[in-house]
Amino acid sequence: MTKLARRGLWTPSMAGGLLLGLGLLVAAILAPVLLAEPAEQLTDAAGQPPSAEHWLGTDNLGRDNLARALVATRLTLLMTAGATAIAVVGGIVVGVGVWLSGPRVRKVGLRLLETAVAYPSLIFALVIAAILRPGVVSSVVAIGVAGIPSFARLTANLAAKISTTDYVTTARLLGVSPRAVALRHVLPNMAEPLLILATTVFSLSLVELSALSFIGLGVQSPDYDFGLLLNESLTQIYTQPTSVLGPSVMIVLTGVAVMLLGDALAARANPRQGRRAVRNPAGPPVVEIPDGDTALVRVEDLRVRVPGGAELVKGVSLTIEPGEVVGLVGESGSGKSLTAMSVAGLPPAELEVRADVLRVDDLNMLGHPDRGRLGREISIIYQDPGTTFNPSLRMGVQLTEVLRTHLGVGRGRANKLIADALAQVNISEPERRLRQHPHKLSGGMRQRGMIATTLVTTPKLIVADEPTTALDVTVQHEVLRQFRRIHREQGAAMLFISHDLGVVQELCDRILVMRHGEIVEQLTPGQLREGDVHHPYTQALMDAVLVVDTSPVRQEFS
Amino acid sequence: MSISQSPHPVPRTALRDSPWLRFGLQRLTGLLVSFVLLVTVTFVIIPLIPGDPAAAIAGPEASGAEIARIRGELGLDQPLHVQFFDYVGGLLTLDLGTSFASGQDVSAMILARLPFTGQLALFAILLTLIVSVPVGMLVAVLTHGGRRPWLDHVFNAVTSLVYSVPQYVMATLLVSVFAVGFRIFPAAGAETLLSLVLPTLALMLLPICVVSRVVRRETTVVLDQDYIRTARGWRIGRVRMFGRYVLPNVITTTLTLSGLILASQLGGAVVIETVFAWPGLGQGIVDAFLARDYPVIRGTILVLGLLATLIIIVVDVILAIVDPRTVEADHD
Repeated sequence: MTKLARRGLWTPSMAGGLLLGLGLLVAAILAPVLLAEPAEQLTDAAGQPPSAEHWLGTDNLGRDNLARALVATRLTLLMTAGATAIAVVGGIVVGVGVWLSGPRVRKVGLRLLETAVAYPSLIFALVIAAILRPGVVSSVVAIGVAGIPSFARLTANLAAKISTTDYVTTARLLGVSPRAVALRHVLPNMAEPLLILATTVFSLSLVELSALSFIGLGVQSPDYDFGLLLNESLTQIYTQPTSVLGPSVMIVLTGVAVMLLGDALAARANPRQGRRAVRNPAGPPVVEIPDGDTALVRVEDLRVRVPGGAELVKGVSLTIEPGEVVGLVGESGSGKSLTAMSVAGLPPAELEVRADVLRVDDLNMLGHPDRGRLGREISIIYQDPGTTFNPSLRMGVQLTEVLRTHLGVGRGRANKLIADALAQVNISEPERRLRQHPHKLSGGMRQRGMIATTLVTTPKLIVADEPTTALDVTVQHEVLRQFRRIHREQGAAMLFISHDLGVVQELCDRILVMRHGEIVEQLTPGQLREGDVHHPYTQALMDAVLVVDTSPVRQEFS
Repeated sequence: MSISQSPHPVPRTALRDSPWLRFGLQRLTGLLVSFVLLVTVTFVIIPLIPGDPAAAIAGPEASGAEIARIRGELGLDQPLHVQFFDYVGGLLTLDLGTSFASGQDVSAMILARLPFTGQLALFAILLTLIVSVPVGMLVAVLTHGGRRPWLDHVFNAVTSLVYSVPQYVMATLLVSVFAVGFRIFPAAGAETLLSLVLPTLALMLLPICVVSRVVRRETTVVLDQDYIRTARGWRIGRVRMFGRYVLPNVITTTLTLSGLILASQLGGAVVIETVFAWPGLGQGIVDAFLARDYPVIRGTILVLGLLATLIIIVVDVILAIVDPRTVEADHD
């Protein structure tokens, strides 16, 4: 294995890009030397079709089409490189300049750049072509300058992103001057993304330079690049359709080479995570409940694992009786959320889920139970109310979803029902809230809104995955009060996940302690209150509660 | 949408605080600034020509009298500020001058050509959206979480390959295959509806690749969001899920991009038109360049720029209506 391969650089697209690129470079260097005569010598053999001697035929002055296409590589690549250099250097200077300037100038500058970027660069190029006489230099200048705004904007964006990183903030706090920050900290860290962007600029410049020549405003005869060759071949397309192949293929090949190189660089900079969904074997949609089994939820030997990797839940068994509130506590990564989501039938797609029994009522959560029953009988309340609502839909649409989809309630009545429920969980002006988008509501309000839906859909089971963790302590209290209330009024069973012993102790009939994917202890709230615990881990959890009474907000499996 | 159209008097403070008013004012300022810049840029085209602009425009073989005529006609013998005010004054009365080549009114020439370019660009962008939004979403859904890796590879390969074919190369190839080879579609002109097929195809294939790739990427991002898990927890059907919960969040980026693409289609159309002898602005400006017909060049660049500005603003407004957060975010 080479060093390159180990760094992830030697990928098929890198190999292909380099191979094509080298081929083009060789053509650019050698073709004008070796093929000058067939490419430029006028002969009587005008407009010949493809033959052994002229693979792509000849043009209307008797010159070999293939030779001309190969010879044109040099001028095309040189022009493209020139335009790319102008766009990149100009873009970096303008971009860093805008970013270094004061806040006012920066704001106006960014706005101007944004506007300029939206204009088709061909319009800029036409302006410059109108001022300068058409030719090689004016084309390069026109396309290069037209490319500056977009590169400047990307540079400014990158600079803005890097300037918020810790090391730049630290440098600034240490009193390093803005200029030095830009040169020493920001620019070096932009090198790689800018290189990737430069490959994009290169292919764009190629396309646009060739476009200018193609419409006759770029390179002028007797010079010729791919664009001009394509233009000439268009005039003889009826007599000699193969003549378009040379310049077309050369333009596409150059574009492909640059794109492959850019892709390879980008892939190296941002390696993709190898997340793969697994297809878990589906069981029947419903299972038979044996006589004498009163449990609403029964889980036996639940195992969740990364395919071919670690087992995250290692044989969990639990039951929940109708109306019972079961708490599941443990530290982040203990498998409690995975257990809960498996019970709800929504485990992450890339994990393998197996169990001897995994049922809610008679619904087999390892199969594909009826959607309607799932929607009506199981409600899920998530950890972070900030992200659980769709930002582009009004609250009313989302909160009435189950009512309308699964309970056949009309829109007007659904809104009325949910508004009443919102009022019950102490949300002011419920009708107005329903017309608002989620970002207008506070986290506590959104979480209470979610709870309110369970008031009207009356599910048999509520799965609450750390519903209070992301909330302020004061709001937590109110939300917990609402949980107690739905339990009291609905009699729904509940699987309540938390890493906060105080919270579960207040709410639950039974508490399961999880660690490393296993249930290590089962307790009553009374035992917990009196400190009657046996497992050292539970003891450690309790000690933690005594020392700090507000637990840090943690994200599970993110 | 605007509050100022409300029939009831709105208290001053409410007016000043309304994000929509701010939004409207900001876009209006943007529009004005763009106009001023465009007018200035198109004005300086002629004075900036190196050497004697009149001589350069007249061409190397022109006589002294010819040069003098052009100098007089363009007002190049006047001081710069007088030229500028003449230009702006002309614009205010929609007078863009007369063509050197044909003696026709430039505004009339542009107005006659505008519908052809507009038709082509609009057709291309509509078809692009109709094809690429469903394709992008479908590929995202089918390959989500690493399913069907073959589809992922095929999609990437096809879109990358087509993406590497510039629109005018595509146009030339389409002509040689379908017009010259199979003689299915006319190669040039705008006489029949069939004439629209090849130019539209040439113009839309590349944006289809760009947009469907973006839609695919955005959809993948949306599918991983918490709120999609929430919606799955409500067990709503697939159609409603994708139509109501995924699409609106994908469409914001898609629309932004489509606006940019529609604007760039103007540039694409300019080039494509020469292939198909399509009687639009692009063909017009290329002819004008070859004839050094500066009033036409100036006028066409101005109109193309104005069109691009309008497209940008319209997309901005549509985005604001689709996703009101963009308006409120403008506060800071």
